[in-house]
Amino acid sequence: MASQLIARAGRAFGPVREARGVPRWIVWAGIVLTLLFVVMALTAPWISPYAFDQYKDASGQRFVKQQAPSSAHPFGTNVQSTDVMSRVIWGARTELKVVLFAVVVSLLVGLPLGLLSGYFGGPVDRVLVLIMDALFAFPYLLLAIVIAFLLSDKFGSGVATAAFAISAVYIPQYFRVVRNHVVSLREESYVEAARALGARPRTVIGRYVFQNVVQSVPVIATLNAADAILTLAALGFLGYGIQPTDAAEWGYDSSRALSDAGAGIWWTGLFPGMAIVLLVTGLTLLGEGLNDVLNPVLRRRKMEPVTLPPRAPQEDRA
Amino acid sequence: MADAGALLEVEDLQVHFPLRGSFGARLVGKDVGAVQAVDGISFSVARGEVLGIVGESGSGKTTLGRALLRLVDPTGGSIRLEGEDVLGLREREVRAMRRKVQMVFQDPHASLNPAMTIETAVGHPLRIHGVTRDRADIRNRVSAVLERVGLSPPDQYLGKYPSDLSGGQKQRAVLARAVILSPSLLVADEPVSMLDMSVRAKILELMLGLKNDLDLTYVYITHDLATAKFFCDRVAIMYLGRIVEIGATEEIFANPRHPYTQSLLRAIPDPDPSRSIPRDLPRGEVPDAAEPPLGCRFHPRCPKAFAPCGWEARDLHDMLEQRWAVGGQELFEAERLQLGDLAGLDQPGSRATVPSATGTGDDVATLLDRIREDDSRERIWHGIESITPRPGGAVIEFHPGHDPVLRPVGGAEVACHLYDPELAEVPEQAPPA
Repeated sequence: MASQLIARAGRAFGPVREARGVPRWIVWAGIVLTLLFVVMALTAPWISPYAFDQYKDASGQRFVKQQAPSSAHPFGTNVQSTDVMSRVIWGARTELKVVLFAVVVSLLVGLPLGLLSGYFGGPVDRVLVLIMDALFAFPYLLLAIVIAFLLSDKFGSGVATAAFAISAVYIPQYFRVVRNHVVSLREESYVEAARALGARPRTVIGRYVFQNVVQSVPVIATLNAADAILTLAALGFLGYGIQPTDAAEWGYDSSRALSDAGAGIWWTGLFPGMAIVLLVTGLTLLGEGLNDVLNPVLRRRKMEPVTLPPRAPQEDRA
Repeated sequence: MADAGALLEVEDLQVHFPLRGSFGARLVGKDVGAVQAVDGISFSVARGEVLGIVGESGSGKTTLGRALLRLVDPTGGSIRLEGEDVLGLREREVRAMRRKVQMVFQDPHASLNPAMTIETAVGHPLRIHGVTRDRADIRNRVSAVLERVGLSPPDQYLGKYPSDLSGGQKQRAVLARAVILSPSLLVADEPVSMLDMSVRAKILELMLGLKNDLDLTYVYITHDLATAKFFCDRVAIMYLGRIVEIGATEEIFANPRHPYTQSLLRAIPDPDPSRSIPRDLPRGEVPDAAEPPLGCRFHPRCPKAFAPCGWEARDLHDMLEQRWAVGGQELFEAERLQLGDLAGLDQPGSRATVPSATGTGDDVATLLDRIREDDSRERIWHGIESITPRPGGAVIEFHPGHDPVLRPVGGAEVACHLYDPELAEVPEQAPPA
């Protein structure tokens, strides 16, 4: 059982190992950048010098506000007297938590709806496509703001609200990709063969359609995650995201640093901004790299040189 | 047709696919017609027999095969499998029925799930029908059946994915999956047409071996007469959704009676270039199955068609277009200018008016007479009863057409008026000896 699982995982990651040339560099650069932030998020309590909302040191002395980088505060402090480095590190945790949550929720809703809609077609499919297209037609940021605004009454302005607001933006994307893929797979011989074997619709969808659709999910999930970071930062920047007392969030920090920039205080804006850029770049590279590596149309594999054994001497034959 | 030993009996089976009309037609619910993919087919297959269904692309043979498994729902007729009415079954019962009927598809590369190992794929029918859920048991049965279809040693193939196998190996795996539940009927839809010549014979031999071992019955769908001759006990020739001739393989190949069968057999390429045989192949293309020709569906292309075959206005239009296409620009301009709008000829009907451009029907009648003299061998003149000049155009009456039905002739059954003693008063050509 375990060995089978390992073999399956090996098969799934095989293309990444076999990738050569530019795609290989893209995918590995993406993996390294993304892992950097994942490690930062997981180890935040230990590597961060202070708590994200800490503005006094242990002796109760308030930090000097907008202090330039120093040994006590490597990235300086901001207008609220909190430590910029701590907020960047804790921010990684918030961003990844929200994005992971949002991607899981959009997948859980978009994937099954797309599967059912694509496989069965008919009036249900038309209505769902209509609803999803209507959601698509909204400016995505406006949609996220409206949802965040509506949900903040019930759940407050925390991680859950931000995650749900972002999910609403991405559900239509998963739905469309999955549905269109299913519509084309439905006509494949092996899906008809499964019906001819006497399989129930549930089995056909689960074992024959889903297994093949799911292969396109890693690519869109990673690319959407990169996009979701930007949406979350935009929400925070506009003040509709996570409140600064709940968690550290780069978008909010960037908006507070806006007035500092004119006064020559560069460190309050640069570090959260760089964090956003690097994480988005990392996830985008990972997504594009995976697409190059997994997509059989774009994929190029390594050619193994073949060495033939030396030719047997003539007298051995005959 | 009903005989007691029959495994499968098909009566008057009909599969019509409704056409999607224009937006407006759909809005008001107008009936825009249907593609008559299978239109009134009857045959029976005895236990242990191999019946070949042979036809051109678009003849409805694949739809017929899919209808036997109820992968498409027939719009009429009946299918009885081991005496049980297949069309009356409900969804759940249909799935149980598919344990007894299995299908092999044309493209072996597409009929295996690329995300399933051979072991899972071949063993899946066992799980689907709840035969066994024990992993070791499934593995044993899969190994045994893989061994039987020539994928041995089975251990080498169990963990492989379809992309690791060649076309022939895939088709062997598909056959293994089809026979693992020991069905009684196997519908094979062009199982070898996508394979190399060298592999075809081996797969067909394997299928014959499986038939003897497992007491299988085959419905073998193909466009390839050569494999049908080798593989089938009986052959049914299909044209535009109907069977035109059915009988024992030797009889059909030795004494083809229907003009369509005759031309199909003549179309087989001859390896000897020095021996030239007359190839009066059917002219033109297979007509539109949404509006098939009246009477015998083959008559517009038939080299032996005569009066009762169902001549109609569309044939006249086709004949004129054909004449002008061959005759050149001058002929076209000279003759086309004498005639009015010919769009009215596109409606099916055994009475038509050819409008005149000058206003008198006499001109049209004279023109048609001249065309007749130019090419009196054209079959359509057998079907025209009278040409009457009227003001505005000539009214053409065609002989009333009849639908040919399958009737026993010699050792086969043929649907052709040439063999109908009531209609064929003057058979122009005796059936070939």
